[in-house]
Amino acid sequence: MYTQGLNQAVEDGGPEDAELLARFQAKIDREEKIEPNDWMPEAYRQTLIRQISQHAHSEIVGMLPEGNWLTRAPNLRRKAILLAKVQDEGGHGLYLYAAAETLGISRAEMVDRLLEGRARYSSIFNYPTITWADIGAVGWLVDGAAIMNQIPLCRCSYGPYARAMIRICKEESFHQRQGYEAISRLAEGTAAQKRMAQDALDRWWWPSLMMFGPSDTDSPHTGRSMRWKIKRFTNDELRQKFVDAAVPQAHLIGLEPPDPELRYDEESGHWRFGEIDWSEFNEVLAGNGPCNRERMAARRKAHAEGAWVREAATAHALRKQARAAAAAE
Amino acid sequence: MRSGSRRGRPRRPNSARRAKRVSDSDRRGENERDWPLFEVFIRARTGLHHRHCGSLHAADPEMALARARDVYTRRGEGTSIWVVASEHIFASDPADKDMLFEPAMSKIYRHPSFYDLPDDVENM
Repeated sequence: MYTQGLNQAVEDGGPEDAELLARFQAKIDREEKIEPNDWMPEAYRQTLIRQISQHAHSEIVGMLPEGNWLTRAPNLRRKAILLAKVQDEGGHGLYLYAAAETLGISRAEMVDRLLEGRARYSSIFNYPTITWADIGAVGWLVDGAAIMNQIPLCRCSYGPYARAMIRICKEESFHQRQGYEAISRLAEGTAAQKRMAQDALDRWWWPSLMMFGPSDTDSPHTGRSMRWKIKRFTNDELRQKFVDAAVPQAHLIGLEPPDPELRYDEESGHWRFGEIDWSEFNEVLAGNGPCNRERMAARRKAHAEGAWVREAATAHALRKQARAAAAAE
Repeated sequence: MRSGSRRGRPRRPNSARRAKRVSDSDRRGENERDWPLFEVFIRARTGLHHRHCGSLHAADPEMALARARDVYTRRGEGTSIWVVASEHIFASDPADKDMLFEPAMSKIYRHPSFYDLPDDVENM
């Protein structure tokens, strides 16, 4: 997901050594990985720090909409699955923070930026999960869109990010399936259950398409990120791939995406869809989505309420160190 | 990252900016912001090597081990875990790659396939 970070500008630093730059680009062109201690242009470093940290924040904030249903899952099987998924998201946040740290920023600094509202996370997590069907829709559509984005990132030119993504993609493949399964059960249930499933699709469809970020005509940095092989496909290419996959999945379970312009184009083999409401996307990015404030408040509260645990662990470690030192004397 | 020389790498111009963070180590251990980084190695099955799988922050090695178990073995990935403070890893410099490893490339006689054997010798 969560490559929305790529759509913001990073200032080019001052002039950089042309020879180093040429060697760096040649290495990327040969499909070799860039590793933490290799020379890299400052804009490459900053672009990755921003993207990877936003991705990490998205994993962490992404636990909130699903956490909302942990205690209310309809049965034990669904509850165990949801717990496992939320736990995975926490782990994914950790892998990603660790990958970003290899670029010279500390995790504490990244967390500060998030809690102070100076860093973004994916726009999608600012929407509420108001029914159980939403949990199905999140797994099916939100994780589905995330996977579309994440699979090419396994080949990202930056080694630590690519390796984290391989691990994440492996673990994440069940996330989408469990969501589709959950919403399918509702879609084949009573009329009320089916209405709930359709309602969830109605509300999550467009925000899921927005997850891929602005249209290519409005993402001026795509060219550079593609040249650096941070990005392998453009926003619109990935969005089209997602729509082509998701529309037949909806039809298969008797649901209809909320887009009157949606039609199959025989010639190209693609599903053509209507215009995205970019004003809504921009409002959510600007902090005015349905849940922006609630999400940040929840993160700050969790961070503050966990402080005593972190302090206790530190005190315990220091005391053990002191005891060991005393015993050695 | 705790300093500009993660895994013991010599300073390079590109890491000069990162080296600023070294001042953090003065405050080490005071709070969770300064928990050291640990590298995690997992043995997937009995008889295999431990392999590097990632890193995490923890207050001490015991906590690192507990967290590694939670984070890196959720799907039966391991039967044994090592954690090593990242600052204890001393690593080769990427700039020395050719000097260190190129000499091995020309010594093909170190591989068994270099040698011609009579066809009648079946297993050697």
